[in-house]
Order: sequence, then C-alpha cells, then structure tokens
Amino acid sequence: MKTYKVLDHTADIRIEVWGKTKKELFANAVQALFDLMFDIQYINTVEEKNVKINGADIEDLLVNFLREVLYLFNGKRWLVKKCKLLEMKSGQIVAQLQGEPYNSDKHQLKTEVKAVTYHRLSVKKMAQGWKAKVIFDV
Amino acid sequence: MSELKLERIDDNRWLLPQTGKMRVPGIIYANEKLYQLLKGDESTKQVANVAHLPGIVNYSLAMPDVHWGYGFPIGGVAAFDMEEGIVSPGGVGYDINCGCRLIATNLSLGDVKEKISDLTTALYQHIPSGVGSTGSVKLSGKDQKKVLEEGAKWAVKAGFGQQEDLEATEDGGAMTGADPEQVSARALERGKQQLGTLGSGNHFLEIEVVQEIFDEAAAQAFGLRKGQIVIMIHSGSRGLGYQICDDYLALMVKHMQETNIELPDRQLACAYLNTTRGRNYLAAMACGANYAWANRQLLMHHTREIFEKTLRMAPRELGMRLVYDVCHNIAKIETFNIQGKMKKLCVHRKGATRAYPAGHEAVPARYKSVGQPVLIPGDMGSGSYVLVGQEKAMEETFGSACHGAGRVMSRTQATKVSQGRSISRELADQGVLVMASSKGTLREEIPEAYKNLHDVVQVMHESGIAKKVARLKAIACIKG
Repeated sequence: MKTYKVLDHTADIRIEVWGKTKKELFANAVQALFDLMFDIQYINTVEEKNVKINGADIEDLLVNFLREVLYLFNGKRWLVKKCKLLEMKSGQIVAQLQGEPYNSDKHQLKTEVKAVTYHRLSVKKMAQGWKAKVIFDV
Repeated sequence: MSELKLERIDDNRWLLPQTGKMRVPGIIYANEKLYQLLKGDESTKQVANVAHLPGIVNYSLAMPDVHWGYGFPIGGVAAFDMEEGIVSPGGVGYDINCGCRLIATNLSLGDVKEKISDLTTALYQHIPSGVGSTGSVKLSGKDQKKVLEEGAKWAVKAGFGQQEDLEATEDGGAMTGADPEQVSARALERGKQQLGTLGSGNHFLEIEVVQEIFDEAAAQAFGLRKGQIVIMIHSGSRGLGYQICDDYLALMVKHMQETNIELPDRQLACAYLNTTRGRNYLAAMACGANYAWANRQLLMHHTREIFEKTLRMAPRELGMRLVYDVCHNIAKIETFNIQGKMKKLCVHRKGATRAYPAGHEAVPARYKSVGQPVLIPGDMGSGSYVLVGQEKAMEETFGSACHGAGRVMSRTQATKVSQGRSISRELADQGVLVMASSKGTLREEIPEAYKNLHDVVQVMHESGIAKKVARLKAIACIKG
C-alpha cells in the first residue's frame, strides 16, 4: 500500500505522507524520502543503525529526523531501506534504521534531495491516523 | 492574510502596500507581462512575509526574476538595521554564494567553430559535474580551513590562477569575518571532496559568443567585443554551503521562541544581528561564500587548461581573463544612504546580484569609470546578459539587480511537459551543443521553464537599476 504521494505544487517536491500512528508516520516519511531518491527495492538491509533525535515540537522533530537520515546519504553515503521507531516521547525519538552503504553501480539516484525544508510544513492528527506535508529541496 | 493587491507605481514597479503585521511595504520590479506571471505564484505573499521581519529597512524588494522560494522568494532583496534587525539563513538560501563568473578570451567564433565539439567533450570529461561528483583537489583539514578563510585567494596562492583574477572578483574572492570554528563537522565533511566541481541542477559551464553590444564604453572597459568567445560559469558552495544553511536554520528554529519574533513561515527563522547566534551564522556563511569563490576559481583554472590543451594555444594567445565574478545568494554588511544618513545594513540577496555604480569604492579600479559588471545567466536557449550597475540601484534596491530569468515552472512541471522530447536535439537545432550527466536535469531546465530573460533584463534597464552592456548567446553547455 502506498504510504505517501507527491503533491502537485510549484515546490520542487512536496509530499504528503500518512501513518496509522505517529511512529508509523515518521517511519513512512523516511521511506518516502529514500524512495524518491532511489529505487528502494535495490537497497538491501545489510547494516543497522540507531539514531536519537530531538525537536522543539512534532513538526521540528519530523524535520530534524528527515535531515538526519538525509545526512546519512549526502554526508556518509549510506542508504536507508527500513525504519522502525523504537521510542517516541515528547521532543525525542529513537529510531532503528536498516540499509547499506551507497554503491553507485547498484543504486541509481533518481532525484537528489538536497535539503528538507520547514516551508509550509505540517503534521496533523486525522480522524484515522496521522498526516504530514513536507517540502524537499531538489 | 487577506488577498494581496499590487498597485502600479510606474511601467516597471509595483507597490505592495503595508498591511497586517508588515513593518514596511514591498516593491516588485515587473512590467505588465511579468506582473501577469506573479498572479500564479506565491512570491508576492513571500515578499509580504519578509516585510514582517524585525529591523527591515525601507521596503521588502523583489527583482523582476522573482519566483517562489522557501520562505524568502528567490529574487528577493531585504536590508536590515544592524541594531534592531535580523539575519536569516533562509534569506541567503541553501547554496551560499551561488554565483557567476564570466571569462573573456582573445578568440572569435570563427576560431573555435570547428573545435566546439572537441572543446565541449574535453570540458565535460574533465570538469566534474553531476550528483555526488568529487573534485581533483583533496583537501587536508588545514587546507580546508584556509579555503574557508581565504576563498579564491587560497586558490591563487595554491597555483590555480592569477592575482588579477582576484581583482575581478566581488570582495576580492575572500569575504572577511569567516570563522571555520562556526562551521559544523558535517559541513566540513561534505566540503572535503567537492572543491572544483560544478554540481547539478541549474549549475552550468557555457561557451558563449558576444552577440550584441548595447553600451560601447562599458563593453570596452569590460573587454567585450561582438563575435568574441566568452565562458560563463554558474556554481556555488556545494554540499558545504547547504549544510551550513541547514545547521543554522535548525538552530534558529529551535531558539525561535526565545527571540519572540512572530513568523508567518518557519523557513524565515532568523537571529538578531547583534547576538552571538546571528554573528556566528554570518561567520559560518562567510566560510561558505569563500568556499564557493575558491570553487569557481578552480573551475576557471581547469577551463583555462582545457582550452590550452584542446586548442593547442599558449595562455597569452588565448588571453583568458576574468571579466567578473558575482555572487547572488548572500547576506552582506554594506553602507547605504538612508534618509540622508550613511548607515550600515545587512543586505540579504537571495537570487539577486550586487549592482554597484561607477565610482563606488568596491568596484575594481579598471571598471571604476563605468560601474560594476552584473552577470545575468539565462536559460540554456536564451544565453546571458552583461549589465552594469547604476546609481539608481543605490537609491532604490540596496545596490542590487536581478540574477537570472527566474523560473515559471517547477522542476516537476518541467519534467512533465518535456516528456518524450529530446531536449539536447532541440537545443542543437538552436545552435547549442549540450552535454549533461543526467537527462533528467536537461528536462528540468528546459528553456520554457523560465521567464523571458529579455523581459526581465529590460525591466532592470528601463528602471535604471542596471544598464544593458552586452548580450551573449550560448553555443555549448555542460551541465550536471
């Protein structure tokens, strides 16, 4: 089942992502980011990393989380396939990431996301589950 | 916010009246045709949003190439009071000191016509471009610190150019106040491998021919003549600049509540200029700016070598001389006459070029009698313009002009409308040989994704901000 869509907007890339719970929303957002950049089916789960993120509020937390995983690619050349939220409390999350180092022969970059922006950011609780909108700079 | 209505001031300017919590009115430079394009874009609202920021002086300005950006519009100019005002990483942009460099040659179109393909191939093969490309210079920690402090000066000292290149670079290619201590380990890491690379997106290196001269005296001073081959380079501070912007934006968002500034958009996050956080950002930003100047200096050096080798000509014969290098994403402390008093202000130019007039102390000696060259790259088909800064810019736009044509289509839209087309063939039909490492980039950058460059430049010319000197036509282009 699709967990995100690219919205038609003058923005470079604006996505809408959903999750049954806040935790699922955050995990789906990370997968959406890597799915936009790469064909996620060619990424394997070879290694595991845990990350701890802080944020002033839920929106800030989401952006900081996405910034962190994006840095894994454009700073550390490491790709994420799977993401699971281990802990989520006010202003802090701990997530488990599974993926592998970037290999340009195997992993074709579709779109280079250069930054996660705060512009027109929203995280909302819906009647069923959670929904977020984020703009990526490409 | 209620719907924003623009009021016509004259043929080339529109007033955005001060409403709600705006601290000053806005002014948008546009003719009737460009004004119509504003209607389908969020940039007018963004001009209003910038007017909400503390310490903004006179007006929130937008150049004729204005278009939607994150927080601040692209093509926006805003100046802030040093005591009461702010600095905003989003008002500079992610690509700190993204800018242009124009190189003149002794060559004429006839000299290279047969060799364009060889030259373009050699440039494409030897100048690293595209996503994740790495440069030929691997920096040690010590050298990287010097790059951040000294910019293009470091590059020239290291043998990548000549002293006279620095004289033709804005700020001499080295912004003062750069402090590498304020740059994160992450930004340093991203910068290590990328010096001397073009990058992706709208960055390019073009071989162009001078097609038309509008102002003989200024063209002569700039060393430009009809039929001459010139080279335009458009690049910035790569991953390092992005990371600096990203780091400080997050930091400022985190502390936004303390500053008690009400923001219509988080991407406008800022810090007061007279605080440590504000000063630290400026010191880190200057490092990003210097990295970009070193980067463009290296790109020029490689271009010179490739021309010499491919054409088998000596440097003296080729005469590859830097006309000018300008940045168009920056915040700078500059002095302006505000109601009769000379005042230091922090001028944010996000997608705007400095355009100083004749006689200004920051204009290189050789151009002092005519004014500062203003380089305006267009889309791949339209070519570029060289303008010269005018006194009016000091009075109206904090010494600033436009920086390009300005997008009308998002990258996603451009990719959609160009489906199934061969962009390189279309450009070849227009006499432009294009080599790009990604077909996707070419589609994102199709000429119709941009406003009409001639309209944009004409607005600057007619409003007296910057006058037309020369029009350049691309004959070859390499892109990331």
